[in-house]
Amino acid sequence: MNEWIYVALFIVVGLIIPIGAIAAGFILGPKKPNPIKESTYECGVEPVGEAWIQFKAQYYIFALVFLVFDVEAVFLFPWAVKLGQLGLYAVLEGIVFVTILIVGLVYTWRKGMLEWA
Amino acid sequence: MSFWNDPLKVAADWLEGVFMGWGMNSVLSHVLVAFLGVLLLITVLMVLDIFLVWIERKVVARFQDRLGPNRVGPFGLIQPFADIIKLIIKEDTTPGDADKVVYNLAPILSMMSVLILWAVVPLAPVILGTDLNVGVLYLIAAGAIGTLSIIMAGWASNNKFALIGGFRQVAVMVSFEIPMLTMLMIPTIFSGSMNMNAIIQSQNVWFFIISPLGALIFLIAAIAELGRAPFDLAEGESELVSGFNIEYSGMKFGMFYAGELLHAFTFGGFWAILFFGGYRFFGLEQVSPFLAVLIMILKAMVGYWVIMWVKYTMMRIRIDQMLSFNWKFLTPLAFVLLLVTALMNALLAGAPTWLYVLGMFLANVVTGWIALELARSATRQEREKLEGAKPVVEAHH
Repeated sequence: MNEWIYVALFIVVGLIIPIGAIAAGFILGPKKPNPIKESTYECGVEPVGEAWIQFKAQYYIFALVFLVFDVEAVFLFPWAVKLGQLGLYAVLEGIVFVTILIVGLVYTWRKGMLEWA
Repeated sequence: MSFWNDPLKVAADWLEGVFMGWGMNSVLSHVLVAFLGVLLLITVLMVLDIFLVWIERKVVARFQDRLGPNRVGPFGLIQPFADIIKLIIKEDTTPGDADKVVYNLAPILSMMSVLILWAVVPLAPVILGTDLNVGVLYLIAAGAIGTLSIIMAGWASNNKFALIGGFRQVAVMVSFEIPMLTMLMIPTIFSGSMNMNAIIQSQNVWFFIISPLGALIFLIAAIAELGRAPFDLAEGESELVSGFNIEYSGMKFGMFYAGELLHAFTFGGFWAILFFGGYRFFGLEQVSPFLAVLIMILKAMVGYWVIMWVKYTMMRIRIDQMLSFNWKFLTPLAFVLLLVTALMNALLAGAPTWLYVLGMFLANVVTGWIALELARSATRQEREKLEGAKPVVEAHH
């Protein structure tokens, strides 16, 4: 566990440095806010409504497909590490595993979910 | 053990002795020394980052047949410092309707995610943050925080352009993470370890030579993860003004900018580590760790240069083209390459090195060639469908 101390320290120092830089900007920069300056930028016209809207469900489909493949990586990394010792049988197991995933991808593709509509 | 063979250990032992002489217990002094080491590395990185701004501007100038910054100091070297002073004394405007906490956290996380990547980068056999046995997975996990920061910035700004930029970044990240993860398994298979140092040590032959296609796919996916051209849809200025960072000014914008440059340099480094032997170069790394650090930095610079080269020669791709390129070409290709590599690895087990390298290389070339041919015929069909049925050209009699 000792080596994870370094990761924790990296996170701490990695947070301190940008916070320090931004704080320096906050202290040294002028602060003269007004409503026009604080309005959001919309190419020079008055902003219409707010930006927190529901937007294009297509992104959601990609996130779902991604989730399957991302979980699969957790299973495939140990397989990749020990592949040298396990031999041909493990390779065939891997082929079966990946083929199931690819079938899922092909299904998504055939359903037209990968089209940007 | 002398300073020249293991400088970090010697310095750390000496400092620990000093701290214990001041009456600290061993755990506290160990953590304090580790903290100072991390602070030193990150400070060096931040100074390097300042000069990366200069390098980037000089290189883009050369690509575009300009001179680049050349007024402030010799060769314009002081220019980035002038930029920083300007960024610091600039007014920091925050949109009134923004989600303040998330808005302010995003640039900090953006920088942090890049800095913590260096925890697993071995600059030399003995000069490294920490020797994690899951270094490759750590790379993915830490990199995801950077993407999160872009989503946070895009959403919290309460700006429509920023929101679209954030959404696009999600789509890009979730798509190109798959081929990248898959290609990280290829060095893992060859070296039998996820540890960065072990991956470098097992590269008696560069993995680039064993798996050129894998290195290429990794580079493409890495550029997409970095959000740099031709995949810089999150900040496409021609359609989104500036994308996710549109509402940021002053040092907060500076953090995004500096983070992006350092991220690109870091991925140049990872490319060098995973496929080009990292700090190893014909045994020169054994002379001194300092030489190894120099080799590593130079290789990372070359990788960074390739990423810049791509950025300034390619034009931006539309989001639908980009996503179908990934899901319909790159991801299947990555999985096929992974299986081919695994199969060849098992078949060639026990073969002499030259045969192993040659077999793997040929397998890569054949896989890449077949993939390109399939893509070419698919695009031809698509084009013919769009253009309508063409009249059959009769052969000459």
